[in-house]
Amino acid sequence: MRRAGALPYLLILPSVLFLGVLFVVPLVQTALLAFQEGGTWSLGNWHRMADDLNFQDAVVNTFSVVLIVVPLQCTLALGMTMMLRHVQRGRDIILWVWSIPLGISDLAAGLVWLAILTDQGWLNTLLFKLGLISGPQAWLTYETPMVLLAGIIVAELWRATAIVFVILLAGVQLLPKEYEEAAEVFGASPWQRFWRVTLPLLRPSLQTALILRTVLAFEMFAMALALGGRNFPVLVSEAFNWQYGNQDYGVAASYAVLVMAISIAATLIYLVALRVPAEQRA
Amino acid sequence: MANITIDRIQKAFGATRALEEISLEVHDGEFLALLGPSGCGKTTLLRIIAGLETQSGGRVLIGGRDVSALPPRKRGLAMVFQNYAVFPHLTVAENIAFGLRMAGADKARMQRQVERAASLLHIGPLLARYPAQLSGGQRQRVAVARALAVEPAVLLMDEPLSNLDALLRLEMRAELKAVLAASGTTTIYVTHDQTEAMGLADRIAVMHGGVIEQIGGASDIYHRPRTRFVGGFVGSPPMNFLRLPVRGGQVALGGLTLPAPATAAEVVLGLRAEDLQPATPQDGFAFELRVAEPLGSHLLLTGTTEGQLMRVVVPYADGALPQPGQVLHLRPNLDRLNWMDATSGVALETRA
Amino acid sequence: MTPVWRRGLLWCGVAVLCAWTLVPIYLLALGAFGGREIVSQWPKPFLPLGLSLDTVGAFLAIDGVWRATWVSVQAAAMCMVLALLLGVPAGYALARFRFAGAGSYRLLILMTRAFPVAILALPLTVSFINLGLYDTPFGVALLHAVLAVPFATLVCASLFQGIPAELEEAAWVFGCSRFTGFLRVVLPLALPGIAAASIFAFVLSWNEVFAASVLTVRHRTLTAYLLSVLSESPLHVQFAGGLILIVPSVLFIFLVRRRLFAMWGIGNR
Repeated sequence: MRRAGALPYLLILPSVLFLGVLFVVPLVQTALLAFQEGGTWSLGNWHRMADDLNFQDAVVNTFSVVLIVVPLQCTLALGMTMMLRHVQRGRDIILWVWSIPLGISDLAAGLVWLAILTDQGWLNTLLFKLGLISGPQAWLTYETPMVLLAGIIVAELWRATAIVFVILLAGVQLLPKEYEEAAEVFGASPWQRFWRVTLPLLRPSLQTALILRTVLAFEMFAMALALGGRNFPVLVSEAFNWQYGNQDYGVAASYAVLVMAISIAATLIYLVALRVPAEQRA
Repeated sequence: MANITIDRIQKAFGATRALEEISLEVHDGEFLALLGPSGCGKTTLLRIIAGLETQSGGRVLIGGRDVSALPPRKRGLAMVFQNYAVFPHLTVAENIAFGLRMAGADKARMQRQVERAASLLHIGPLLARYPAQLSGGQRQRVAVARALAVEPAVLLMDEPLSNLDALLRLEMRAELKAVLAASGTTTIYVTHDQTEAMGLADRIAVMHGGVIEQIGGASDIYHRPRTRFVGGFVGSPPMNFLRLPVRGGQVALGGLTLPAPATAAEVVLGLRAEDLQPATPQDGFAFELRVAEPLGSHLLLTGTTEGQLMRVVVPYADGALPQPGQVLHLRPNLDRLNWMDATSGVALETRA
Repeated sequence: MTPVWRRGLLWCGVAVLCAWTLVPIYLLALGAFGGREIVSQWPKPFLPLGLSLDTVGAFLAIDGVWRATWVSVQAAAMCMVLALLLGVPAGYALARFRFAGAGSYRLLILMTRAFPVAILALPLTVSFINLGLYDTPFGVALLHAVLAVPFATLVCASLFQGIPAELEEAAWVFGCSRFTGFLRVVLPLALPGIAAASIFAFVLSWNEVFAASVLTVRHRTLTAYLLSVLSESPLHVQFAGGLILIVPSVLFIFLVRRRLFAMWGIGNR
């Protein structure tokens, strides 16, 4: 590399300024907003947030979705990855179809599943034709919280497994085939090869996928609004409601800070738990 | 055409010193090879001459002009890269014309030069192809043609043949020599392959640890290495080195008594493997054979003399191989003795 | 299991997963094109039998949706341009130079991913009102660019890293300056990847809900519009909006399908 000088700094300067003004400053402002009231330091916003009726539901709902969805997605995505490895013909088209949800927002996904799960929707039609129900049935109400949760989980699974899949497939493609072939030569069954060779080597990709997916799962809210309306509060939808409905920016900021804290904590946990020790790196 | 003067060039990467004060003069039209093991600084030196790397100190002059502070495009040189660096998005013809186009050459000249360079390297029929459709050897030819098309005053080559397979390399080497001799361009050629350096270059600069150990013609470097490193690096098998005690101004080697070149307690004697002939115990030294390898016309013998490793190459026609454990007697060609200082490894000047 | 069995099972799994992805979109399309009638129809058809020019016409005539779609297109296009203008040079800097501060810069870029959009959108509402950017496509584009610029930077950095430095050096030796070398050698080679990254920036903005909803009132983006009418507008309008949201995404994934790995596999770290 030759005469670096000022050039790299000139090149990153626009984006640094941009992110400084539109990312760092608002970040600090929100943090201040959450801990201030009437111009002085206060935990008032946090008390109001915690005392709100919806707060506990929002916490429970958010964590239920994340804790159920993320492991399911990883399992499903691993399965898809392993399947695609054995497909030669039509690989391109399958890859495309399986990746489609990658480009679909949580709002659109919510609307897709609303069409299916609504009272007179296609799920009920199917159940009706199978003779399991006698007429339209409401699933997405506060009277059927477990079904509502299940619906949101299915919709999340539908929408966001693709990203885990693509990250894992990219990771698998970086792995030299020799490792598995070596394991095969030494007598490992396909199952053993997966558990003892492929999966451990995939750890960095798995870590990336988990971090990204978990952070995004905590941000999910439009889908919950589309499917459950106010019956299924999550943390971000509460932030949205406090900002929009109640015009209370302080509490909204507290929610935002809370989501951020949870995201950072989750990221740190993954970084530590799935760390690849330096001496094991290829 | 131009000569190149490298004046006390230094390069440090952080705390590591890649080049220590290198000075070198390449004459107009000369073909100089920079030869050395990987990490010796030869590529760094070449890149500094090209302007792709900035020196920490010193100057580079091309044709008497100080180019030390100029970017590569203003130095009037061309380069052939190790991985060819043939632009994948351009056809062969566009690749060869690249330098001319940048220089703003007119269409007619461009076409003339491209055709000339292409026919010189026998790639005329490939001009419309893209590099992805070429073999490694063909890409190599495109890279050389691109460099020659601009009729550079100076041509730099960075291990241009190292990515070709052995047979192709031999073929390209002969062709390069012919093409470059015809063009008369001043050329600096970086390689770690001694046969390439010896086969192609007018002079060879052997580099090691960021310094030039020796500059000279192929025969000079081979028969009169200035340091123990040069003797060990050049030649296959490498030069033999025997560490021998000096007694009363003389060195005893088996039945031989040789005048000591220095007054030190010990000296190192460097002997080429093929500079040894069979002898009697009285006028030679003992060599205990461990392995004998037939190499077609020659026999490579590995064994020990005075308890030190020694390799010998002798002509071999036919017949029984000498057996391991057998003791042979050998005498060196007395004109080809290389005495070196036992500690520094630098050649000791005897009667020149 | 015999190999034949195994292949059969594999293809069954593949088919089920393809159906799992495609059938829900198909059903939404049925709902969107079915017009007012399909909302109340019971039991619902699984085949597009009730489809007619009228219902398709009704779909195309839903006014608010199209106005919102236009705002979304504007915002997404501006977001894309911003992402490229800022991301390409920064990506080049990360790929080709080692400089003090590169590590911290990378950290800043990665940090943007760990923070929810909500945390940015809230205070920016106030600032945007003061600056006259509130309720404009440009304001929305600015905020979406906060998400898209880091992404574009990382993707461009890995794209440029994949182009051998030797090619650029050859360009310099044969008469190019750093800038012309970039234009003549690096850019043509990176173009497909940059195109994919810009499409991604477009879709990122196209899909974003929270910030768009907070930053607009009258000139809503499609996502913001759909979110605001969730509880009041008829279902077929919602389905139609959902379908319009999905179609570009499906096309996008098709266009960039060969580059998904470069973008998500490497672009992420």
